[in-house]
Amino acid sequence: MKKYSLLLVLTLVLSVFLAGCFGGDTAEEGNTGNESEGGSSDAPQELRVMETSAIPVMDTILASDTVSFTTMNNVNEGLYRLNADQETVPALADGEPEVNEDGTVYTFKIKEGAVWSNGDAITANDFVYAWQRALDPDSGSSYGPYLMEGKIKGASEVFNDGADPSTLGAVAVDDQTLEVTLEKPVSYFTSLMAFPTFFPQNQAFVEEQGDNYATSADTILYNGPFVLENWDGSSDGEWVYAKNTEYWDADNVALEKITFNEVKDAQTAVNAYESQEADITTKLSSELVPQYEGDANMVSWLEPTVFWIKMNQTNEALQNLNIRKALAMAIDKQSLTDNIFNNGSIPANYAVPKEFVQHPDTGEDFREANGDMLTYDVDAAKEAWAKGLEELGVDSLELRYLGGDTEAAKTSDEFIQNQLETNLEGLTIKLESVPFSVRLERDKALDYDLQMAGWGPDYLDPISFSDLWITDGGNNHMAFSSEKYDKLLKDAESTYANDPAKRFETLQEAEKVLLEEEAAIVPIYQRQANILVNEKVNKFTYHFVGPEYSFYPISIGE
Amino acid sequence: MGKYVFQRIIYMIITLFIIVSLTFFLMKLIPGSPFSAAAKLTESQLAIMNAKYGLDQPVAVQYLKYLGNVLQGDLGVSFQFSNTPVMDLILGRIGPSATLGLQAMIFGTIIGIILGVVAALRQNTWLDYGSTLVAVLGKSVPSFVFAALLQYFIAVKLGWLPVAFWRGFEYSILPTIALAIFPISIAARFMRTEMIDVLSSDYITLARAKGASSFEVAFKHAMRNALIPVVTVLGPLTVSLMTGSLVVEQVFAIPGLGEQFVKSIELLDHPVIMGTTILFAVLFIVIVFVVDILYSIIDPRIRLSGGNN
Repeated sequence: MKKYSLLLVLTLVLSVFLAGCFGGDTAEEGNTGNESEGGSSDAPQELRVMETSAIPVMDTILASDTVSFTTMNNVNEGLYRLNADQETVPALADGEPEVNEDGTVYTFKIKEGAVWSNGDAITANDFVYAWQRALDPDSGSSYGPYLMEGKIKGASEVFNDGADPSTLGAVAVDDQTLEVTLEKPVSYFTSLMAFPTFFPQNQAFVEEQGDNYATSADTILYNGPFVLENWDGSSDGEWVYAKNTEYWDADNVALEKITFNEVKDAQTAVNAYESQEADITTKLSSELVPQYEGDANMVSWLEPTVFWIKMNQTNEALQNLNIRKALAMAIDKQSLTDNIFNNGSIPANYAVPKEFVQHPDTGEDFREANGDMLTYDVDAAKEAWAKGLEELGVDSLELRYLGGDTEAAKTSDEFIQNQLETNLEGLTIKLESVPFSVRLERDKALDYDLQMAGWGPDYLDPISFSDLWITDGGNNHMAFSSEKYDKLLKDAESTYANDPAKRFETLQEAEKVLLEEEAAIVPIYQRQANILVNEKVNKFTYHFVGPEYSFYPISIGE
Repeated sequence: MGKYVFQRIIYMIITLFIIVSLTFFLMKLIPGSPFSAAAKLTESQLAIMNAKYGLDQPVAVQYLKYLGNVLQGDLGVSFQFSNTPVMDLILGRIGPSATLGLQAMIFGTIIGIILGVVAALRQNTWLDYGSTLVAVLGKSVPSFVFAALLQYFIAVKLGWLPVAFWRGFEYSILPTIALAIFPISIAARFMRTEMIDVLSSDYITLARAKGASSFEVAFKHAMRNALIPVVTVLGPLTVSLMTGSLVVEQVFAIPGLGEQFVKSIELLDHPVIMGTTILFAVLFIVIVFVVDILYSIIDPRIRLSGGNN
């Protein structure tokens, strides 16, 4: 008896220690008690998950939404894979690729023995085929051209000018060797390889299925940790994964079965979770978060999604730097995140999010060196406002404010309107609440003065944010143009393309130009995600970009 | 009768044509791109996508093309769901919606009629007031409140029934009740009013004088006449219940049509919007037609004939 309890104490101590070591990105903090049992438990290795939508698409080159990306990430695999620490690690690639001196030619070796679920070996041609298909305008892929143009050599010509697909800079040297030639060095290229758009496809199978390809569980080939066992197509509200016994790393996959249900309403998800009908909820809506504050089963993480107000510089008043500075400093963001959102989201005094990317040498967060900019400061805002008005020769301004039409968006937009009008005398804000698609349209047409917008990145690199503000950039749409900013970005992309540390620091400098010197946007907040995960789930794993979750590390404890 | 039916069918086709055309042009007026990745695409990339789906052509051309396809039974493919045929999307989702709608309709009508008849026969007693209360609550409490309350108390607190999802009959009970509350209140109110009206008419007095039992009077003589207005409102109501309720489907996480339809409008998934509209319109028109035919069966005084007679 005594011996037994000593063992118990040791186990507990060990588990607390382990949780302390590996806490952070996985959900272990919440599951300390089960840690030592882990995968060796006798509990059935089955999981029930709720998702916000049915799976729209299973053809990897056609997907453009999170649920599709997440499913593909779990039933398929590319050269690289995201792990629990937000790192991209080799998966189908047999170790790191060989890269030529100027960083433009990558030679990947493909893992021997990796097979499709029909037994075919995975070859370099499967990648070449999928990528060529993604750039065929007839396929209707949007992420193909979005992620490949300007990066892979020849991608633009193939998609836009109808160049022969074989001219694409992706060549199967032999079955196990894939050679990729880039337009210019892309320092995050290997991390892109974890994105489903770059996953391989089995040419013979895809062509044999024709229009039926990827329309149901039977018309897909799998090569990931799981297979879709039950999925009747895009309208199916319930789908099931089974463990893929043919997967090359199957020994390290604990779960046998995962059942997914489409749940649109966050309250319903919470009810189903509370009644033990499901183990993992969808992301909690803001009003549900406070009641789980401090609950060990609530897993929260800061998403790399930043919201800001774009200031359209085709408006003469917004060309004035002092006016922009005044607007940027006049909003009490802390009060907004504390009182309006109250879900753990934090004020953003930056354009590149916190806890997103780290310095390649020191491992320091992007934010460490750059710190806060354009923080809330009523006095400074008032001063800049007065100066700006004087420069413009007016004593009042009316600005249109374009925002979303959901209840949550309206509430926060009204708060911001109130802040701006109260703190900046003579300012009238005209709120225009419109649906998302309308906002996009008006963004493109530059038909707004101020616009609440946000950005979530597709790959783990600061450039996914910095890129937005280049002169005439595809997403600039606010007539912002700074020679200095453009120059810094060009330096980062070419001069320092093969010097990761210098490149990182250049992008940090660019952010300073964007905010401190130019006050081009008004950063507002960075979003936090909160979900409930049953305590018997070990190693719940989320991701920052592309796919949202990985289920292969999960095991079920008692 | 034959002439009447023929004429009605012509009208139905014209109505359908007008609905399809109006919806098409109104839909095209909504600004925005149907491609979810539109924000990330360059102009030339978007242009190529638009060309692939024929969105670069003038609206009139798109309209004629669409009409042509529909006449050949082709509803097109969805933009959002990787080229899934619209027909498949609708067929994949109509099952739960139709099942729930029918169950709610049958359950709701029976309960509603009973409540209404009882209230009329026992006018101004606590039975009457109770039934009226149910009817008023059913009409005035929004269905999302009712659905959420049912879910919270019956499923979460008491644990008698599942909270959500769609895996069999027991999963359909709560949503059916939530949906049925509306037909219950409609049927009960109409039934009560009509019954009271009919019960005071001469032929009922005659039936009573002839010595018919009060049960016979109520159910054989009075109810048949009192049903006519109820049938009128319940017909179209059946269609709206069967085509899916956004709220009830969301609260109980049921993969039905209502939710998909609303989503398709938000995402500007043109072929799905059109396909679902056509389906709803056809169902609606057909049901209204069936109800008209039913009149003549319930009430022989109503004779169907062509408009000119």
